[in-house]
Amino acid sequence: MVDLESTLRARRSAGGRAFVPYVTGGLPGVDAALLRALEEAGADAVEVGIPFSDPVMDGGVIQEASRIALERGARPGDVLDTVAEADLRVPVVLMTYLNPVLRRGEAAFVAAAADSGVSGIIVPDLPVDEAEEWTARCAERAVAPVFLAAPGSSEERLRRIANASRGFVYCVSTYGVTGERERLAGTAREVVAALRPLTDRPLLVGVGIGSPGQAADACRFADGVVVGSAIVRHLVAGERDRAVELAAAYRSAVGSVG
Amino acid sequence: MSVPTPARPDARGRFGGFGGRYVPEVLVPALDELDAAWTTLRDDPRFRGELETLLRDYVGRPSALTFAPRLSERTGYRIYLKREDLNHTGAHKINNTIGQVLLAKRLGKRRIIAETGAGQHGVATATACALFGLPCVVYMGEEDTIRQAVNVSRMRLLGAEVVPVTAGSRTLKEAINEALRDWAASVRETHYVLGSAVGPHPFPRLVRDLQRVIGDEARRQFREAEGRDPDAVVACVGGGSNAIGMFTAFAGLPGVRLVGVEAGGRGDGLGDHCRSLTLGRPGVLHGAFSYLLQDEDGQVAGTHSISAGLDYPGVGPEHAFLKERGLAEYVSASDVEALEGFRALSELEGILPALEPAHAIGWLLRRPLPEGSSVLVCLSGRGDKDLDTVRAALAGASGG
Repeated sequence: MVDLESTLRARRSAGGRAFVPYVTGGLPGVDAALLRALEEAGADAVEVGIPFSDPVMDGGVIQEASRIALERGARPGDVLDTVAEADLRVPVVLMTYLNPVLRRGEAAFVAAAADSGVSGIIVPDLPVDEAEEWTARCAERAVAPVFLAAPGSSEERLRRIANASRGFVYCVSTYGVTGERERLAGTAREVVAALRPLTDRPLLVGVGIGSPGQAADACRFADGVVVGSAIVRHLVAGERDRAVELAAAYRSAVGSVG
Repeated sequence: MSVPTPARPDARGRFGGFGGRYVPEVLVPALDELDAAWTTLRDDPRFRGELETLLRDYVGRPSALTFAPRLSERTGYRIYLKREDLNHTGAHKINNTIGQVLLAKRLGKRRIIAETGAGQHGVATATACALFGLPCVVYMGEEDTIRQAVNVSRMRLLGAEVVPVTAGSRTLKEAINEALRDWAASVRETHYVLGSAVGPHPFPRLVRDLQRVIGDEARRQFREAEGRDPDAVVACVGGGSNAIGMFTAFAGLPGVRLVGVEAGGRGDGLGDHCRSLTLGRPGVLHGAFSYLLQDEDGQVAGTHSISAGLDYPGVGPEHAFLKERGLAEYVSASDVEALEGFRALSELEGILPALEPAHAIGWLLRRPLPEGSSVLVCLSGRGDKDLDTVRAALAGASGG
């Protein structure tokens, strides 16, 4: 597996910004070839989601993607198989809600992910206070646990989040769930600015980024962006080529900053 | 005589190994704020005084304890009913909503959201919001808006906005998902009035503390009537708020059996029932680690119950704790048994129960307790909201 944090740090050291597209695993069209196409479009890492029945951190687009994936019988192991088959040169970050992890067992889940080539895992409903066991299991397999920082997190919490995270800190741009917004929220800059003095880990902004222009705006203060719903929207509509083109457009916008 | 406030949960919201706070980071500050506020206000004389006055003058507490002579004769027990159906709005839910909306006012929140299954919690929240002059949005599964249409009208007449939720099974679980999403976006000015003893810490404690008035009153009333504590205390369990409100006064008392009755639905297959404690396994849903109906991948299972208020795949973490410690036992009653309970209480006592507590009555009709037992049943709500469902079910049954 490729080391997530050193990849993102290398991008930053070279004066660049990271672009990380998210796709929901198990959705029609989300196969190894798509993950490779996203890599070729210039993704610095690719985030792949395990569809879940109750995605409370997700807005309409990813809810719908999850529903479709589950309806056609997608299972966590299938998503990992796709990741393994893609065998990307860039790191893969897995996104999963907590219950599928607990059902399998934390150690077994991390092991299966690591064996499939996953470099980091985001669990949006696992705040840092509940994650002692989880971070220990991740450390055993050198998988990066990525935690979310949000508007409203106290400095003390931000410090714990930064200390527990490996790979990068996921800076939630705004109050709310995933899904494109009209403009980049002012809170995105606040979260990054509050974290900066506490850590030198890469800080990526995600949730709500709705256009390449917004991604470029975020990259003026952050080390990169995660873009999900804007891309997944096209995959849900069956427009796979359009999704890849859009990823390339994001890459280009992010590349213009630095 | 009163049982002191349980020393659970711990500071992290744990009831033994259950509970906790598994939510997106964006909600954590609000949960911290709520926890701190409740820890102060639960013992604050002014707050308690205000709440107790409202419970007396507006809700109509204490609710009656009614001896049920003909049901007792039928079953061979001495059955007493704790009449939460006689509260304003017709169910126990208002004990919690009045307290939480009062708390939200203290926190300076300007907007209230809630989820609802059967609609009773939604009505109770809309009522409290009307009383306090706060805007109210209630999320309700589309399926439930159909089977509980009367309650949708009641909420709207009370000034609340009812938002039908079309995701998934379109019932209570999805309504909570949607309320949590709203809260993630609106958390600075909005309080989420969660209706059951579920969810992330501090909700299971907050809801229990506000509902324990049921058990505290009932224990006093029962001792006045019988000169002793009951042999068994029986309540239906979906998320488990009426049951935990009742059980808290009795948990750990020697000689008092606590029995929670889950919705057995139409069979034992996953998707046919709501038996999280009796057929589920521990997992995380809606922010808490507790028993959960799930498939082998950890996807939350669909559920079925004739009663919308029990139609939920999880259960409050304190019930998981009581089960694990052997402090309470959990059983189930099927849709058919709930209907039998509904008919029995209607015909024998002149009381139309909600379909939720009808499960508790239905279980008692099996005569599962020793002859002559004294039994305290939580009659958590009245049945007016369920008349269409009951009529359709009984017509279906008689039609073969």
